[in-house]
Formats: sequence, C-alpha cells, structure tokens
Amino acid sequence: MAKAIQAALADAMRADEKVLLMGEDVGRLGGVFRVTEGLLDEFGEQRVLDSPLAESGLVGTAIGLAMRGYRPIVEIQFDGFIFPAFNQITTQLARQTVRHAGRIGMPVVIRVPYGGHIGSVEHHQESPEAYFAHTPGLRVVSPSNPHDAYWMLREAIASNDPVMFFEPKSRYWPKGPVDLDHAGLPLHASRIMREGTDATLVGHGAMVSTLLQAADIAAEEGRSLEVVDLRSLSPVDYGPLLDSVGRTGRLVVAQEAYGFVSVGSEIAATVAERAFYSLEAPVLRVSGFDTPFPPAALESQYLPSPDRVLEAVDRVLAF
Amino acid sequence: MAAREITVPTVQILTPEGEFRPNDAAEEFLPFVEALDDATLRAFYRDMVVSRRIDQAGANLQRQGQLALWVPSHGQEAAQVGSAHAARPQDHLFPSYREHIVGMIRGLDPIGILALLRGATQGGWDPAENGNFHLYTLVLAAQTLHATGYAMGIRFDGLVGTGDADADTAVIAYYGDGSTSEGDANEALVFASSYQTPQVFFIQNNQWAISVPVERQSRSPLALRGIGFGMPGHRIDGNDVLASYAVTRASLEAARAGEGPALIEALTYRMGAHTTADDPTKYRPSGELEAWEARDPITRYRAWLVARGTDEAFFAEVDAEAADIAADVRRRTLELPSPPRRAIFEHVYSEPHPLMEAEAAWLDAYEASFAEAETQGGNA
Repeated sequence: MAKAIQAALADAMRADEKVLLMGEDVGRLGGVFRVTEGLLDEFGEQRVLDSPLAESGLVGTAIGLAMRGYRPIVEIQFDGFIFPAFNQITTQLARQTVRHAGRIGMPVVIRVPYGGHIGSVEHHQESPEAYFAHTPGLRVVSPSNPHDAYWMLREAIASNDPVMFFEPKSRYWPKGPVDLDHAGLPLHASRIMREGTDATLVGHGAMVSTLLQAADIAAEEGRSLEVVDLRSLSPVDYGPLLDSVGRTGRLVVAQEAYGFVSVGSEIAATVAERAFYSLEAPVLRVSGFDTPFPPAALESQYLPSPDRVLEAVDRVLAF
Repeated sequence: MAAREITVPTVQILTPEGEFRPNDAAEEFLPFVEALDDATLRAFYRDMVVSRRIDQAGANLQRQGQLALWVPSHGQEAAQVGSAHAARPQDHLFPSYREHIVGMIRGLDPIGILALLRGATQGGWDPAENGNFHLYTLVLAAQTLHATGYAMGIRFDGLVGTGDADADTAVIAYYGDGSTSEGDANEALVFASSYQTPQVFFIQNNQWAISVPVERQSRSPLALRGIGFGMPGHRIDGNDVLASYAVTRASLEAARAGEGPALIEALTYRMGAHTTADDPTKYRPSGELEAWEARDPITRYRAWLVARGTDEAFFAEVDAEAADIAADVRRRTLELPSPPRRAIFEHVYSEPHPLMEAEAAWLDAYEASFAEAETQGGNA
C-alpha cells in the first residue's frame, strides 16, 4: 500500500503543478515510512517541502497555500502527533468554505499514518479518526488495500473539500493489485468485500483484513459472514450496509479505536434507527478498550483480533 | 530583585502634541513620509475620524441589542490607518477581528462587519472583491499561519523581487499583544523566516489582552520577537499615523523586493473595552486611560494638520461625512434580514454531502409540518 500511495502522490503531482507535499522529513528522507521517497528528486524543494517541525504550522500554512490556489498534501508523521494541529484542522480548515459562503474551496489533504499492529511506542499507534469524523466540513476516509489507497488518494487530492486521509500503517507493507485504469468506486462509497448470509461485519482500514480473516475462520465452521469496508467515515455510505443487514439481520461493528463515542458507535446507532425491523439481534461493537493505547507488549490483547470478532459473532447469532 | 529591562527604540515622527519632530529611530523612514501628497495626508485624518464614528455606532447598536457583540477599535486608529495605507492594491491583509478601518480602506462596506457581529453571517465578505482583505478570525493567531502560507504561495508563484511594482506582492498579518503568546503566532514566525516570505507581522500592542496586561504576555518588547526569529523587528508609536505608515511601507517594500519578512510592534491603547462583554474599569489602574488619552492619535494628527495650514472647512466636512456614514451603517444594520433557513446547510462542503442533504430535507419537512398543522387547525 505504501507504494500505491507513493504512486498516487507522484501521479497527482505530475497532473497538476499546484499539488504540493509538505511535512516533517517528507523530502530528503522520503518520510519515516518512505512513502514519499523519490518525490523530492522529481519535483524539487518547492513542491516537496521538508517543513519546520510544527504540526499546527503545517496545517495553518497549508490553509493559506490553498487560499492562494495550491492543493497542499500535509503528512502528519504519526497519529498521536496530530493534536498540535487539532485547532487549525477543526476551527479553521473545516470551516473556511462555509465562512467564505462557498466562494473558495479548501483542497487540503492531511495524510495520517494511524493504528496499531506495528509494535511501536507511546503516541505511535493511535486511531484518532473519530475526533475528525465529528467535525462538520471535513471528509474522513481510510483505505484498506492498495487499490483503494491509490484511487481514494487521487480523489482526495482532486476534491475541493478538506480530506483527512487515514492510512493504516500496518497495511503499508502487504501487497495487493492496483488497477490504474479504473477507480471502481467513488471516494465516499462503502463496499461489500465478501458476501455472506449469517451476519454482517463492518470496519475500516486495517480492521478490514481482521474481519476477512474472521470470515475465513467462520467459513471453516460453516458460518457465512458478509464483510463491509466503510472506506469513508464521514460521510458514511449506509446503503450497502443497510442492504447487507437487511439480508443477514445481524451486525458486528469493529474498529481499533476506543469504543466510546466512536465511528462504530455512530454506525451502530444509525443501523438501529434505520434497520430496526431487519435486526434479529442487537448491534454489537468490538473495539479497542477505553484506555490509552497500551504498551506494545499488550497490543495483541488490546486490538480486536479475529477471535474477538468471532466472539461477538457468536453472541449475535445466539441471540 | 528588579527584572532586567531590555529596550528597543520606538519610531516616532509626530510628538503627542502633534509637532513634526522625528526621533533618531525615525530617520531612515522619513523619505516615505516626505513622498506623501496632501490628499493622502487628508485621507489619513478622514479615515481615522470615520473609524471612530463607526466604532461609536457599533457600541451603541450592541447596547441596544442589535449586535451580538462589538469589538471596539477606539484608540487604535493610527496603527490601522497608517499600516493599511502602506499596502498596495495587490497585497493581502489578514486581520484578526478589530481591524474595521483597515477593511474599509481596502474597500469593505462596514455592513459586512456589522452583519458578522449581528450574527447574520459567518464571514460576511469576499476577500477578492474587497481589496484582498481576508475574513476576520476569532480564534487567536490562527490567521498568522494562513497569512504565512499565503505568502509562501506568493513566493512560489514568483511574485517577489521581479522589479515590477504592480506584480510584486506582500502580505500583512494583524494580531494583538495577547495573540503573541499563542503557539500559532510563533509557528508563523518560524515558517515565515524559514521560507523568507514576503510578509509583515503587524502587532497592535494595545496593552491589554482582555484583563491581562502585556507584561504577562512578554517581559521583553514584542518587537524583539522578530529579531529572535531572524527578521527585522521594529517598534513604533502606534498612535502616530505617520510612523505607522512609514515603517509598514518600508517593510512591505522590502518584503516585495524579496528581502523576507519583518515584524512591527505598534504601541497603542485600546481606550474602550476588549469587547462589549467586558468592563475595563475592573482591571485597569486609575490614571492609565487619561495618560493615553493625552496621546490620542486623532487629536495629535489634527494639531499637525492645523499647524501646516489645513483649513477648518476640511475638518467640518470630515465630521459631517463620518456622521452620515455612521447613520447609514446604523440604518442598514437594523434592516439586515435573517439568512434563509437553508443557509445552515449551505457551503459546509463544496461538494454534495449526503448528511447535509438528509438533514436539510428533514428540517424542511419539520417546518412544513407546522404550516400543515396551522391549516388543519383553521379547517377544524
């Protein structure tokens, strides 16, 4: 997936000279995950900016650059370091279009490598997406595979709305096909990744592969689970999910993030509102615990595993 | 133990009494004053007087319940008028929320500001149609970064140091002494210095951040913030419109020529409250207001204009014009319509968004249900 993101950045920069990349270490080093490797050589220092180490400064100056007609892509080095930029993202970036009564767009993409499974230290494995999904004016997305990473990033860069682009860093290394000729789905669309009849599983980012693993295991036990990849966390494309719940009657929502007041909470509430008569069981949530992300030695207990997902599946099926 | 005091010379051209007596620090900036024509010198006076009248009108409207808030600029007219006149048409100005007269000098109809403070809009004007005067920003210092990013863009566009006076472009970021403590104000200085942006940071040090004095924001002159970040830092008598004009003009020209950013600290005084929500009698030491009233920017400038032979009729004309403008603003404020219901959902995103569509449709249906209920009630 890292290569797919790199290709999307390079292709977008070739297609539009107003596209800029800015962040800490994105130039000479190519980013700590090497996602931006080689871009400085091709596009030069004025389009690949090794910026001062200041997250609010990065987002705030990106807003000014967007006002000037540029399309900045900001890389935040790690999920847990986004909070110094929180004010600029939520009170400024998200509101410029409405404050200007639609006279300007805000084509800024903020790339955030996020999530666990990489055994790192404090502030390097978090899932802060709900803070941003809670903010009107932002679009929040997260790809789960290389093909989506390429196309969702191209669309995010082309969008005139600010897009929070959450990259599941544990998925940077696994390989997968990318069809460079066909996007397949628009940015905001969710997708059924695997069909099934007994229960629906829904998640985003790295959790999608966990859900697919769970469905594989369940299949060996004779259970047929449908898996939905949200792709967009704001807005959520409920159509495929509601259709799926209409068929299966059961839903398990899974995420790495804390469960309380989360994207998964919103999905559970909305499905309960809109598909109440289809449901054969309560919607269950599987998530990280409502604690700070633990030391990496405990992350396998903290993060939802296929087994924890299947435990919830057992409960919805037993209801 | 007394704190060590670090001082910076203050550029002053007019004495508080209105005598043209530039001090040593002003010497290098005098050519910009000498180049001013009579019409511009009169415009400085006119703009300051108009600003003060609108300020009074705004405060009155708030007291009468017609505005949600008013942000007084009384006392800060010279800092604003001088700096605004120093900008060229292509320059971009990023205000905080007190720069009413800066906006008007750039072509903004003051009703835009009143509409915002009445709660009728979230922004109120189009910067592109109002002299590149950007929207007010209520979150302290946030705009200093927007201004810096914008100035980075100007540099990337190659519109610096071309030698074409109509093409080379600069930016002014306005903020106050309280904002200098914010992280964003400091990050903006880092980025501006690192990227050598064509930009002037214009701090109106009006001595108070609501109830907290400037000494709590900084133990050293704020002008030093510029020097510490690697750019010139000037301190000016912010109640001296000529000093404000000349130093800003010099800094903007250097910025446009590609010499990088500069910072100006204008020493001024907010004579009224921070906003209509606070009461300065609770926090100001006695005698302070009177001391600053003796340095009133309008009185001193008028004294100089009189001394250089400006006729009385001009002052009378300006007073009448300012009264007319204030009356007109007041009348139009009272006539401002409430925005349509649908405005809640408009422009939150620049592209279609299903949640906005669904919630707007729900609100339409909800409101319509009252109309239906009324009709049914009538039939019953």
